[in-house]
Amino acid sequence: MAVLTEEQSMLRDAARDWVREKAPVTAFRKLRDTGAPLGYDPAAFVEMAEMGWAGVVIPEAYGGSEFGYLSLGLVLEEMGRTLAASPLIASSLAAASALVIGGTEAQKQAWLPKIAAGEAVATLAVDEGPRHDPLQTGLTAETAGGGYTLTGAKTFVLEGMAADLFVVAARTSGKPGEAEGITLFLVPADAKGLTREKRALADARGYAALSFDGVAVGADAVLGEVGGGCPLLEKTLDRARAGLAAEMLGMSVQAFETTLDYLKTRVQFGQTIGSFQALQHRAAKMFTELELTRSCVEAALTAIDTDAADTPQAVALAKAAAGDTLHLVSREMVQMHGGIGMTDAHDAGLYMKRARALETTFGSTAWHRDRWGRMAGY
Amino acid sequence: MPDFGGDAETFRVEAREWLVQNFPPSMKGVDLAMTVDEPIGDAKLWKERMGQKGWGVPTWPTEYGGGGLSSAEARILQQEMAKIGARNPIGGMGVMMFGPTLLEYGSDEQKQRHIPPIVRGELRWCQGYSEPGAGSDLAALQTKAEDKGDHFLINGQKIWTSGAQYADWCFCLVRTDPNHKHEGISFVLIDMRTPGIEVRPIKLISGVSPFCETFFTDVKTPKENLVGPLNGGWTIGKRLLQHERNGLGGGGGSAGRFGSGLPLEQLAKDYVGVDDEGRIADSDLRGRIIRHQMEAKAFMLTLARAMAESKGNSSPSAATSIMKNVGSKVGQDRAELAVEIMGSQGLGWEGPGFKPDELEQVRNWLGGKATTIYGGSQEIQNNIIAKRILGLLDHQ
Repeated sequence: MAVLTEEQSMLRDAARDWVREKAPVTAFRKLRDTGAPLGYDPAAFVEMAEMGWAGVVIPEAYGGSEFGYLSLGLVLEEMGRTLAASPLIASSLAAASALVIGGTEAQKQAWLPKIAAGEAVATLAVDEGPRHDPLQTGLTAETAGGGYTLTGAKTFVLEGMAADLFVVAARTSGKPGEAEGITLFLVPADAKGLTREKRALADARGYAALSFDGVAVGADAVLGEVGGGCPLLEKTLDRARAGLAAEMLGMSVQAFETTLDYLKTRVQFGQTIGSFQALQHRAAKMFTELELTRSCVEAALTAIDTDAADTPQAVALAKAAAGDTLHLVSREMVQMHGGIGMTDAHDAGLYMKRARALETTFGSTAWHRDRWGRMAGY
Repeated sequence: MPDFGGDAETFRVEAREWLVQNFPPSMKGVDLAMTVDEPIGDAKLWKERMGQKGWGVPTWPTEYGGGGLSSAEARILQQEMAKIGARNPIGGMGVMMFGPTLLEYGSDEQKQRHIPPIVRGELRWCQGYSEPGAGSDLAALQTKAEDKGDHFLINGQKIWTSGAQYADWCFCLVRTDPNHKHEGISFVLIDMRTPGIEVRPIKLISGVSPFCETFFTDVKTPKENLVGPLNGGWTIGKRLLQHERNGLGGGGGSAGRFGSGLPLEQLAKDYVGVDDEGRIADSDLRGRIIRHQMEAKAFMLTLARAMAESKGNSSPSAATSIMKNVGSKVGQDRAELAVEIMGSQGLGWEGPGFKPDELEQVRNWLGGKATTIYGGSQEIQNNIIAKRILGLLDHQ
């Protein structure tokens, strides 16, 4: 654990207590089993926002606490432990970051206070295919009467069924594969010509596919630079990726602790299975990977907070490390629990499904490794 | 540069001034700590000055000749030395393992006698732990020490005694009670010049002999050389192992040491070539180099985090086992990759046709295989993690 300030320790403890009381795994299971339309409980998100968690990276002038990404990471880690569902990453972290970094005063005034208060949910609409690749943006934005007309599709949009606002990556020039020509737009969910459809994935969250059928927006909908939106998008995505890594770390820690408890209580051949060396060494391996991953995640969040030059590398490392470790731990959670781990009644499957979904979101482990190598010049 | 506050910054000025006056510029980048030959000229001068000042062991107490610095001051000293390329000339097992252990468990007389020569780098120590029948199961050791009134009479054999052929003294685990396994072990100090000691170097797969077999035949060591209580050596011996693991896994340990100076990606570009986009031409190799480099970075971040969390106190903890395992694995992976990258040229054993870097690489690759065996093997470290950190039970 990083050396925390007193305020950070209090924030983490508050999140831990709240999650255990209000959002245990059973709460997520109930959402899944009842087919909750948004993929999370809006009443629970209101409570989270009341505690200030929706405004952690938003400046005070816009209703936030500007407490920083390491601080928000502490909350996300606790959420990850119990698979607590909320739009914290999509809205309070990702979309909020895009607005804080690239928004005009009017755009910030319009949306940040609502996001900080949990009254509005915003999210990024970037990918158009099953694998993350922002440069492949093909949704077109053509100039029309002083504004733009957006045509195309986005898919697997996080919290897409709940969002009031989409931060949409569109192409104002160039062609898919090029960085130049990407422009970000703020598009309200009720814009004419915009429709959405739920995409039910194995992790039972609120993903949506969006269709833009000649959606007209004003020039004031442009977030950042026309045609030069790529750096802003990358900065925003890196913040989201670091947040995902924090959630993944929390999930890994809990999956490991639950498994360790089982190793200490399950008796076979007259002794606890945790006394078998084959399992002990696998437990030691998992613990070692967790320690390494924690270092990477904290370093990435700290790099963002200090605006370090190597933030993209630090984030790629954190996302990749968290991806590998979460797969390792969630697979072992199923395997070490044996038959019971294969049942829907047990939590292990929930962790394993969510692990896959998070690993592929905003760049898989392999994608981030390749990216890391490119940034290192080889 | 972090701001350590007023007093610390005063110390920075003091350290800088002392180094200007005492560090011979010819010693820039020269590492004397592990050399076997007696230093001469500027090397001798630098070692003597650091020894007198006690800054080779900056945090050890001044009453035994140490530097008496706080952890923060020691870090500043390290930074100032790094700036001018000054390497610490005081090192070896006395500094890394035995000194810290003796400071914790030794009597005042023992500390007065043995610590100052370590501080000045005058005496070399070796480690009498493993035996042919006691490797991972160290407590099975049989080298016997019989109580003969004013001295112990020692008979038996040690193995893998690093640097025994150059050592002046040996810290040794011996059996003083055959009826109790762990509670029958004592920690004694033996002068390597005592009659009855025979040292035979062991040639390793890398072609060098860093380890020895050491035979003890009716060797006498005075009772005053018992550290801690009789039959109480296991606790002390384990503590020393923690210092060893800490040193082996730490920043100066195996992770950084094995492999030639060039970064792997540069080696790969030189030996394998690049594609149209400037990437390493062999995509499978490129992927594995990236994976390795990221793991090495994660390891360095974890070392830094452990330091920050312990507030600069670098004494070993249970997590030391993690560092030892990861550090040794990263070092071995690096050496494997380097040899693979260089192809046949990376297997040059001796003679013409090979650059010094290439000849060094093959020895490093082979020599590095010891890092997951010595200081408690990888498997033993995993046992320690499972039992001491995770609280899993012994198999019944």
